[in-house]
This record gives sequence, C-alpha cells and structure tokens, in this order.
Amino acid sequence: MSTPTPPEPFGWEPGISMSTLSEPQPERLPEPLLDVRDLRIVYDSPRGPVEACSGVNLTVRPGEFVGIVGESGCGKSTLLFGIAQLHSAPARIAGGEVLFRGKDLVTLPTKELNDLRWRNLAVVMQSAMNALNPVRTIASQFEDAILAHEKWSDERIRERSAEVLRLVSIDPVHLDSYPHQLSGGMRQRAMIAMALLFTPDLIVMDEPTSALDVVAQRSLMVQIKELQQQLGFAVVFVTHDMSLVSHFSDRLLVMYAGQVVEFGPTREVFDTPSHPYSKSLLDAFPSIRGPKVPLIGIPGDPPNLANPPAGCRFHPRCPVAQTPCTSEAPELYTLASSPDVESRCLAHRPTDPIDISLVNDAKEVQTS
Amino acid sequence: MKFASMLKNRKALIGLILFGITVLVALFPGIFTSNHAPDVIGAYSPNLGLSTSHLLGTTSYGQDIYSQLIYGARQVLIIALAAGGFATVLSVLIGITAAYMGGIVDEVLSLCTNVVLILPTFPLMIILARYAGTSNWVMIIVLVATGWSYGANQMRAQALSLRNRDFLEAARVRGERRAYIILFEMMPTMTSLIVANFLGSALYSVLAASGLQFIGLGNTASDSWGTMLYWANSQEALQAGNAMWIVAPGLAIAVLSAAFALMNYAFDEIGNPALRPVRRKDLRKARKGADDAVEKDAVMGAEHVYTDAS
Amino acid sequence: MTPLLETKDLSRHFKVGAKLFSHQLLHAVDDVNLTINEREIVALVGESGSGKSTMARLLAQVYKPTTGQITFQGKDVSQLRGRKRQLQYRSDVPMVFQDPFASLNPVYKVSHGIKRGLKLHRPELDAAGRHEELLRVVAAVGLNPPEEIIERYPYELSGGQRQRIGFAQALAYRPKLILADEPVSMLDVSIRIGLLNVMAKLRDEEGVSILYITHDIASARYVSDRVMVMYGGHVVEAGPTETVLADPKHPYTQLLLSAVPDPRAPLAITTEAAKAEPPVVIDPKPGCRFRARCPIAIDQCAHVTPLLQPLDPQHKAACHVTAPGVTAAA
Repeated sequence: MSTPTPPEPFGWEPGISMSTLSEPQPERLPEPLLDVRDLRIVYDSPRGPVEACSGVNLTVRPGEFVGIVGESGCGKSTLLFGIAQLHSAPARIAGGEVLFRGKDLVTLPTKELNDLRWRNLAVVMQSAMNALNPVRTIASQFEDAILAHEKWSDERIRERSAEVLRLVSIDPVHLDSYPHQLSGGMRQRAMIAMALLFTPDLIVMDEPTSALDVVAQRSLMVQIKELQQQLGFAVVFVTHDMSLVSHFSDRLLVMYAGQVVEFGPTREVFDTPSHPYSKSLLDAFPSIRGPKVPLIGIPGDPPNLANPPAGCRFHPRCPVAQTPCTSEAPELYTLASSPDVESRCLAHRPTDPIDISLVNDAKEVQTS
Repeated sequence: MKFASMLKNRKALIGLILFGITVLVALFPGIFTSNHAPDVIGAYSPNLGLSTSHLLGTTSYGQDIYSQLIYGARQVLIIALAAGGFATVLSVLIGITAAYMGGIVDEVLSLCTNVVLILPTFPLMIILARYAGTSNWVMIIVLVATGWSYGANQMRAQALSLRNRDFLEAARVRGERRAYIILFEMMPTMTSLIVANFLGSALYSVLAASGLQFIGLGNTASDSWGTMLYWANSQEALQAGNAMWIVAPGLAIAVLSAAFALMNYAFDEIGNPALRPVRRKDLRKARKGADDAVEKDAVMGAEHVYTDAS
Repeated sequence: MTPLLETKDLSRHFKVGAKLFSHQLLHAVDDVNLTINEREIVALVGESGSGKSTMARLLAQVYKPTTGQITFQGKDVSQLRGRKRQLQYRSDVPMVFQDPFASLNPVYKVSHGIKRGLKLHRPELDAAGRHEELLRVVAAVGLNPPEEIIERYPYELSGGQRQRIGFAQALAYRPKLILADEPVSMLDVSIRIGLLNVMAKLRDEEGVSILYITHDIASARYVSDRVMVMYGGHVVEAGPTETVLADPKHPYTQLLLSAVPDPRAPLAITTEAAKAEPPVVIDPKPGCRFRARCPIAIDQCAHVTPLLQPLDPQHKAACHVTAPGVTAAA
C-alpha cells in the first residue's frame, strides 16, 4: 500500500496512503511553470502607499502542489490576486515579474492574457456561495466560461460540463440545478469543476475549503489531490490552515507581513521549521493525539503594513529575537543544512549568523 | 468624527458652503438687501434690466427681483427643513419598528408604506393641496404625507440587516429592553443613513414645494421662490423680455437642491466605512452555517471503517 | 453533586417551507440531555446543522424550547417569572458570540457593553464600584493596561482583543456558566490559543463553568474536561474528553477524528470520508440520522432511533452497533 500507484480513474479504492500523495516529486528540474520574481504589490491608501507584498519569490513546477500559508493581513490573498492578474485599484503591481510559461503576465497585453485565462491558468475563489450566480443554473455558468474562450457546439459544451462534474463526483443531473439547491461542499466542487473545463496547467485556489466543515474539507482536499495526480495540473493553494495543507502539498511557503519567511519541501518545513514564525505557528495547533501540552500561540498582533517594524518584521513577537533583529532586515537565505529550504531569519545568514537555540518540549530546531 | 470627514470631502464642502450661505440669507435678509418690503407693488418701474440699483432687475409689477430672492430664502428653507425633518422622523419610526418587531406589525406597516409609495405623488399633492388650502403648513403636511414612504423602506432594509448582528443579540442576551435596543443600540449605528435620508427628503421638499407653488397651489401671496416663478409665468415674463424673473428663482432653487445633494454624497461615502473595519475580509463568515438543501451524495462504499490515526 | 445546569429531552423545532400553511418542521435539536457541573468546561462539538448553535440559544433563552426542560441550579428555567428573576438568569448564564467584528456595537467604546451589563446585573455596586469592576474584568482577560483599553473603539482593537472583551462582558456579571458560541472560529490560529488559555484561566481562577461550542475537536480537546458530540440534532456521544478521544465509539466521532489534520501526527493511512454532508433534518422518521454515511449501519439503524447508552459510568454513545442497549421504540 505504500508504493506509488499510477493515476487511477475516479473510483479509487480505499486505503491509499496519504504519504504517497504528498511525497515530493522525483528529482527532476523542468522549467518552472510559474516563476514569480520579486513581486511587489502596493495598495494606494489615503494615507500613502502600503506594501502588501514585498519582494515575493515563488516557483511552481509542472504538476506540483504548492501551499501558501499565512494569517490574516500577511498578504497571501493579495499575492494570489497579483499572480492571477485579478487585482484592481487601489492595489497595483509596483515591481517584479510573474512569469507563466515564460511570459510575464504583468506586462502581457489583455488579449493574450485572456487567452491564457482558464485555458492554462484557472482560479478557484474562496466561498463558492458568492462566486456562483444564484439566478442561473450550473450548466449556464459553465457554458459562459466555455464560450468565453472557445466556440464549441451546444452538445460539446454539455458533454464537457457533464464530464467535469463527474470528475468531482457530482452527478451530472445537477447541471440543471441552481446553486442554492446544492450543499456547500458541492458548490465548492462545482467551482473546481469549472476550473477544470479546459484542463489548465495551473489552478490557483484561494482558501477553497474555509467555508466547509472539517469532514467536507478533508474530502475536498483528497479530491483535489486525486484530480491533480490524474490530470497533472499544478496547484497553488492559499490558506490560513497550515495543518490542512501540510498533508497535501509538495512545497510550502509561509508568509508573514507581506514577505516570504520560509519556503521549502513540506516535510522539511514541518519536521524542522527553520523560521521562528513557522515554528510558533506549528506549535499553535492543539493536537488530538499524544500528550496534552500547554501552548502559548503567538502573542501580539501582526504589524501594520503601513509602518512595519524595523529590521526583521517578526521580531516584536519572536520568542528568540535578539538585538541584531531589531535593525537588520534579514533576506531569504538558503539553509546550509538543506539547500531546498529558504528562510528569512538572521539565524541562517551565511556570514555571521546569530545564534538562536529554540528549545521546545518536543523538539529542537537545527541552527546553521 | 463624521463631520470632520465631511470637511475633507470636497463635494460635501461645496454643498456645505452653499447651504451655509442660504441659511445666512434666510436668517439675516436685512443684511443682504436694503429693500425690506420686496412685495410692494409698483415700488419701482417694471421690467427694468440689470443695474447696480437692481442687481437682477425688476418684475412686471415693479418689484425688485433681488430682494424678493433674498426674502424668499427663508420660506423655502423652512419648508425644506421642516418637511424633510418630519418626513425623516416618520420614516425612521415606521421603518425601524417594522423591522424590529417583525411579524404582524411588520406586515401592516410594510403594507401602508408600500401603498403610499406607489401612489402617484404629484397628482396626490395637487388634489390634497386643492382641498386643504394653501398655507405653508398645509404644504408641509402634504409633503410629509407623500414623502415618508421611500425613506421608510430604506430604514427598514437597513434595520433588518442589522437586526441579527451579534451586538444586538448581545444586548438582548444582556437583558436590555426592546425600546432601549431600538433607540440606543440600533439607531446610533444608522445615523449616517438617517442624515442622508433627511438630506434627501429636504431636497425632495424643495423641488416639490416649488413645483406646487409654480402651478399656483401654494400661498401665492408668499415670498417664496416657487411663487416668484408662478407670478413670472402668469405674467409671461419671457415674452416680456424679462428672463431674469424666471432664471433667478429657478437658479436659486437649483443651487439649494444641489447643496443638499452634494452633502448627501458625502454621507453616502462616509457612512459605512467607519462602521465596518477594512482590516480583513469576511473570510470565515461563510462558515457560519449555510442553510443548504439536503443533498446526499453517493457514499463511497460501506466496507470502510473509520480508524483513528494512532 | 447537583449539576449546575441540566437539560432533559430538550427539543427545538422550526417551521420551514415556502407555502403559507406548510407544516414542515426542521428539527434543529431533538431530545438532548446535557449536564454541566460547576467549575468545568464542557465542549459541544458538531458541524454545521448539528444543532449546537441552537443549543446555545436555547440555554441563553433566546429561543423557547419546543419540548423539554432546562434546569438551572435545580430550578426550572421556564418558570422564571418577573423581570428580576429573568435578569438574574441572564447574569448567571451569559453568552459570548462568534464574530468579533459584529459582537461589539461600533459606535460606542468597547467598555459600553460591560458598563451596561454592570448597571443591569450588579445593582449592588455604585459608580465607583462599577468602574473598579470594569477594570478588573478587562485585566482578567489579559488586556492591559485596562484603563487605556476601555477608552478605545472596536475598530481600534484586533479580533482577538475584541473576543477578550466579549469574555470580559460575560465575566462582569459574576456568571456561573458562560455560553461560548464558537468564540475562536473567526480568529487567526496563533491567536486562538490565547483565548483558549483565557477560558481555562476563568475556570480555574474565577470558578466559572463554560459551555464551549465548536466544530474544532482539537481545540475542544485542549480546553475541555468533558465533550459532547452532536449530529443532526442529537447527541451521539458524550463523556470525559480524554476517554472519548482515545476510544471513540460512535462512527461519527471516529469520522470527525480521522478528518482532523494534525501537523504533528505522522501522515497516516486514512480512508475516503463520505462525500455527503450533515443533513438538514426536516420531519425525520425514526432511525439513526447518521445511517446514510455510516460504514457499519445495520438494519435496525433505519427503524429505531438509538439512545445514549452508558458504556462505562461516564462515557455514553448512541449507536446500535457499538453501544447496543435497551432502546425505546422510536
């Protein structure tokens, strides 16, 4: 049961090991599908520009599942909108590039951008309740999406719509239903089906499970993962729920105050978080198994991005902050111990790292 | 807090200034003109053009248009503010009560509101004014009676959306009495809407009153701008070459209406953002249990056993 | 030990249906027997539609029960006549709400609710006493310095701080039992622990019991002494938290536990959870409401509603298969 199985048609049998599904891809380095370079997104507020994303770097390989994790105000949703070029005033891209299959989406003319949309790059929004038009049937909304990009016959549209619904295990009879006749989980899956209409290379998802109950959440995540294995698309998944995404993502990106603070293979980030924020965040989840330990969470509040703290943005809340942290802003350093992981902490600075010994009940973090 | 924001908003500022000027004129007409009895017929030669002694010329009755305009401001303003004020009070009371009490009370009040709403107001006003007489107070009553319903619907809608907000439920659970909740918990959060409503009603009253007066249903002996229009029209001022007799009061009405409208813009813009923090999106609001239809999907198969991960 | 609060066969039904004279009844809560003792935190766990929020409102007297009884300190709550006694109940059993952004009136300072509460429920205090108490409760929930916090407006506080004010409001009444309706669901993960610790502190230091309503079984484990799992308006399992979580008997509890992602647990073999979602229970027939999703359902489950059976003195489950027992004909 632990050997990787080839992609199965839907209707897979029970007992598939979760660890299989999130095993990192075998070592191959194809051209990144998505390459975000130094992206800066700024909101023009009445009190001056506020940088919601400060120099974000992110790569996604074909077929990879990348999770973006952060709390409210960290800029993850802004980042997502920026990647998909869905941002609108007062947000604007102030710098950087978003290279999708080699083309920079930021500077791409609208016509080419629209060509790319849905065919190669699809978006699943949070809260499908609001994304689906309540006065139109599912079929007509799928039709809209298709007709915006292709001139298919009615029959072909219907056939494809039914096909994608089956992919997400919704009975195609619901094509003629209205959104309010479907349950929350089904609506969300219908949104995912809509994103699959043209089998895109990359699907970008903004907290698609936050409106669902825990059982439906798990079910949806498994479904997404299966579809991914079956159809081979890459996923960028934004969420505040680190524990949820941990079981399904290949690589994990942790954001704080508009910056990437840690990025690397999921297993490594989880087992040995190299940034104090990631570590504290992981520790903030009470466990249902194992001994009951008192937890402290992360005291304080996220910083006001209009006026971020000097030096490291996390230092006011960091349990192991030291004097250099208050004045020197760390860059994203590659860890000496694991070259796949990057961390924005002075403890991992190649020259003259500061010494933080994070001692915890459960484990110790390796410092470089 | 809100008035300070008003000053920053340019539209509001202009509206406020225009309104302020009108108020000054209404309160102290004597400062603006030396002619304290503008209605006296034959005080001057009729149909004079613009000059330094008659800034806007004279009417065909030999009255100074400028001083008529000045003295007319008071009437117009009184009608606007009184009618606007009473209409707002009525719509607030009816709208909020309907929303908060719900049930039969809501049904009855909504019925009344909607019936009054769909009655054609101008013909109704004409008929009422015809029978009720022509004094200013009658006009105010007529305007209030026909103008409260629109606001009442707005208030009701707003109050309904507030009704289930947690802070009201918290007040209920705290044990507050209903009247307290309506007056001190609900209404203060609706001040922006109430003020906006007032400005809208005042605007409506200015135009409606002037309209009624123009067709002769107002007190034709009064000073008001609408009355000026009435007389100008009955004397065929345009044909007589005295365009200013019509233009001046018309413009004055337009300026006052614009003042109310501009101030209204500001309240629309200021109203909600202060109440709703922009700090984060309503991410998890969607989680708050949707009342979904029953839909059972195919179960994966009965042979699975749920195991604990340990 | 007499329990602080007890419910017996508590039910609440709502009329639904579009037609004017339709008599469809939504069974939000059915035959719930709940016990809360002094100085304990009881978690009520369930997903949407399970009836947990309705339970909170029943206990807060926002809704009247359709059938059944609520007994508080030995007295039947529905028999409380007179404004004075009703106010007394409200001060003994206050509620904390889920949404930190909507639970405070935005036009008043954050101290408004606490001050009104003190005025209504602590008549023995004079103005100076009230002010002192105001500062005390604000400090007790971890907001410092209290003198500064009480002058702020809600939009100046973060979500976590506002929820603490919610608890301070409840604390001002010197309550016996606080009904906390999903108090941390809308907060960031890193803030939740802080609030949960406040709740534990209130239990230990102020001697307050808390009914903690949530869909998150992990946080329920962290903070509660006993847990009750609800599904489709029924309580399906109840008992001391550690016992229930270590050895869940009801298939739904097992499903819930298996669905909870735990970053620290090794990635384990799980099975495909049923795609179905919790039902909206309208005019139900007798039988177990979980049977459609249950992997071990037997024939009896379709005809007879299972009742809670004691498996050991504290731990109860309502399942014909794992906790068979004498069941009344539904």
